[in-house]
Amino acid sequence: MWEYTEKVKDFFLHPKNVGEIENYDAVGEVGSIVCGDALKLYLKIDKETGKIIDVKFQTFGCASAIASSSALTELIKGRTIDEALNVSNKDIAEYLGGLPREKMHCSVMGREALESAISNYRGLKPEKVEEGEIVCKCFAVTDTKIKRVIKENNLKTVEDVTNYTKAGGGCGECVPQIEKILKEILAERVIKELVMPKERLTNIKKIALIQEIIEKEIRPPLQADGGDIRLIDVEGNKVIISLRGTCTGCLMAEVTLKNIEKKLKELVSEELYVEGE
Amino acid sequence: MKIIYLDNNATTRVADEVIEEMLPYFGKLYGNPASMHTFGGQIHRKIEEARGRVSDLINAEPEEIIFTSCGTESDNTAIISALDSNPKKRHIVTTRVEHPAVLNFCKSMQKKGYEVKILPVDKLGRLSIDELNASVTENTAVVSIMYANNETGVIFPIKEIAEIVKSKGALFHTDAVQAVGKLLIDVKKIPIDMLSLSGHKLHAPKGVGALYIRKGTRFSPYIIGGHQEHGRRAGTENVASIIGLGKACELVKKHLHEENTRIKALRDKLEQRLLKSCPNARINGDPEHRLQNTVNISFEYVEGEAILLRLNEYNICASSGSACTSGSLEPSHVLRAMGVPFTAIHGSIRFSLSRYNTDEEIDLVLKIMPEIIKELRELSPYGREALLGAKS
Repeated sequence: MWEYTEKVKDFFLHPKNVGEIENYDAVGEVGSIVCGDALKLYLKIDKETGKIIDVKFQTFGCASAIASSSALTELIKGRTIDEALNVSNKDIAEYLGGLPREKMHCSVMGREALESAISNYRGLKPEKVEEGEIVCKCFAVTDTKIKRVIKENNLKTVEDVTNYTKAGGGCGECVPQIEKILKEILAERVIKELVMPKERLTNIKKIALIQEIIEKEIRPPLQADGGDIRLIDVEGNKVIISLRGTCTGCLMAEVTLKNIEKKLKELVSEELYVEGE
Repeated sequence: MKIIYLDNNATTRVADEVIEEMLPYFGKLYGNPASMHTFGGQIHRKIEEARGRVSDLINAEPEEIIFTSCGTESDNTAIISALDSNPKKRHIVTTRVEHPAVLNFCKSMQKKGYEVKILPVDKLGRLSIDELNASVTENTAVVSIMYANNETGVIFPIKEIAEIVKSKGALFHTDAVQAVGKLLIDVKKIPIDMLSLSGHKLHAPKGVGALYIRKGTRFSPYIIGGHQEHGRRAGTENVASIIGLGKACELVKKHLHEENTRIKALRDKLEQRLLKSCPNARINGDPEHRLQNTVNISFEYVEGEAILLRLNEYNICASSGSACTSGSLEPSHVLRAMGVPFTAIHGSIRFSLSRYNTDEEIDLVLKIMPEIIKELRELSPYGREALLGAKS
């Protein structure tokens, strides 16, 4: 059973803004019955102000797909189309108090329907299928979409990609292709970070950077294994770290500390070294 | 509010009589059956009584039964034992619709250099006997084919299959986890070498299973350690649960007739009326050869998880083959193997009944289900197509 928030359950059981708008100004359609979820979004737009004055949706899909669609309509109602375009899939998920990781693709679908409706309004060609080459044949997911979602959500594993786009969740034949795309993007990411112009590393900046890297890069994989770490202090180039959770007393503790040191050397400064508390 | 439990192929309620039989062994009677003293010895006798009850249910001999921790352990043990005792044979045959306990285990053997032939099924979930015949060779160590399918309830012609396998000199294992307790099984009449069963599918507790190993079958243990189960399965016995499994098997004999009459009638009523009251619904699986308690029905233009969560609001428990209900986002491998279109897999719901279900419960489901389907279809962009009866 999925762990849905009360808000997801509520939006699923009592969805808001369901239905069609007869004289709609824009319509966006994504997904298909074969994929297992589909969303049709109708907008009524005030021509002068560009404000979305009414919005309705129809969704075929699971509880979180229905809740995400309904959340999207609440988020964009009364906003201008430019403001609406700033609503990301993350905003939809956050509005609902979070979605299970495996269900993030539902929020992505909401964002896509919105884009599709607004391009439709602006007289652009409605793009039912994103351009690019189909990678996942089961769910008709293109490489363009996979790349975009990896970048937007900072995804790191094939499992993430499946959770966010469904690609790879059917027969699994395309998993090696997804791995290849991931590798390419991860490589790009590292290069981008390396060529970033180096400013003088003040103490404040150094500590902030160390903290950020620990939060974003180091803790999530450790937490996934039930472990955790905390930054205790930075004395000159000495970074003091305390191991928590299953990391405590783990035979691999030394290796973990070495890996943290390696990452900090690579991303902050060659001179850093790490010590356990 | 009362729970309406229609998910008995997932697990079952432990029978009151079973709990009563088990209770003393959680309390005062805590002895180790392997001990030399009377206090432990009485536990040993109770385990042997349970063994007798389990063997009775499938017409086996008590010494042909070993107790395990679950159906999966029984399945894994049977296959690995067959491979280890026939080291020269490097070929396994199974089917696409097996439970992961068999299918994934066989696939893991592929990595160890075994060749695995996975037989397809047809639209109704039936095996091609000709293809089985052609697939089993002198190099085949073991054929593992389930007795009845957990998702669709489809029953395979096990006697015919077993006879073919034996005629080719391979070992035959059947995962009968869904069949034992619902069908009359007689291992004296069918040449099965090994058969797996699980406690919690037949009103015994979770965490206990059994493996039938025909006398004379070469056997190699999976769990190695002490001399429990005559060295065939090490580890101190899960005493209370084994005793519970014995009692549950005894009860099954009493209730088997009901399975074929009252439960079947309830299932048929549920199935026929749902097909009538919900347009664009279809049954998955061979209607001629199916467990009496199971119905797998696809409601097109609706997604299964959404149906389940709406049912959940009424405390009605069922399950679905939809991708959205599986941890892997993978739609049911069984329905896919049968070539059920994706549109129908997404909206598939399995109801599985037991002797604890009543006519009133079925009536309530029949009242609520059409409303849920109608509401969800109205929410959907395909609602109109669903009403018109157009196929996508």
